[in-house]
Amino acid sequence: MPVVRLVAFARLRELLGEPRAIALPEGAKVGDLWETLVREEPRVTALARGLRFARNEALCDAETPLREGDEISLLPPFGGG
Amino acid sequence: MLLEIVCDPIDLRSIESAVLAPGCGGIVSFCGTVRERADDGRAVEGLRYEAHEAMARASFREIADEVRATMPEVRLAIVHRIGALNVGEIAVAVVAAAPHRAEAFAAARFAIDALKERSPIWKQERYCDGERLWLENRCGEEPR
Repeated sequence: MPVVRLVAFARLRELLGEPRAIALPEGAKVGDLWETLVREEPRVTALARGLRFARNEALCDAETPLREGDEISLLPPFGGG
Repeated sequence: MLLEIVCDPIDLRSIESAVLAPGCGGIVSFCGTVRERADDGRAVEGLRYEAHEAMARASFREIADEVRATMPEVRLAIVHRIGALNVGEIAVAVVAAAPHRAEAFAAARFAIDALKERSPIWKQERYCDGERLWLENRCGEEPR
């Protein structure tokens, strides 16, 4: 059961809360984490368009395996500048 | 290269002083500021920015590296503020100094366009009517 640290930003942070630890089944991937969050808070479904993931500060995709202690960031479309 | 995410108000003069060097013949400073009206005309009370700070700083370094690779004589600063900003305040400053103006303009333009596309920073518009909205950059379109 890898435990990862979830960090969400912007509207996703408002819906999912501040950074926290979350446990997933052995072999889980980044996409499984997202599915878990969709079940927990269905309103995030509307925010899937343009969403990017990062694992330990590097962009990754939904197929990336989760490892114990990973920091997984949910990055909605950017709005800086 | 001055590449920072800051919480305090941006002092443009101090950034320009840090970038300017005797070999430079020109300096281009772009500041993004908080506008009093939204695109739909609604009155804006202020903006709130947040960032994945480590990844945003890394994206600034990547942008600066790309500028250095194509325009090695350019001296560049990218500073973005996060937190709550009022109308008229500076949200982002991109400052490029170079021996000649063409490179300074080109570097500043490239850096702000790249930041808007690649840096993990988010902007919430807060309207005077109480509503709040997270805004997305329109990438790949002609800048407005």
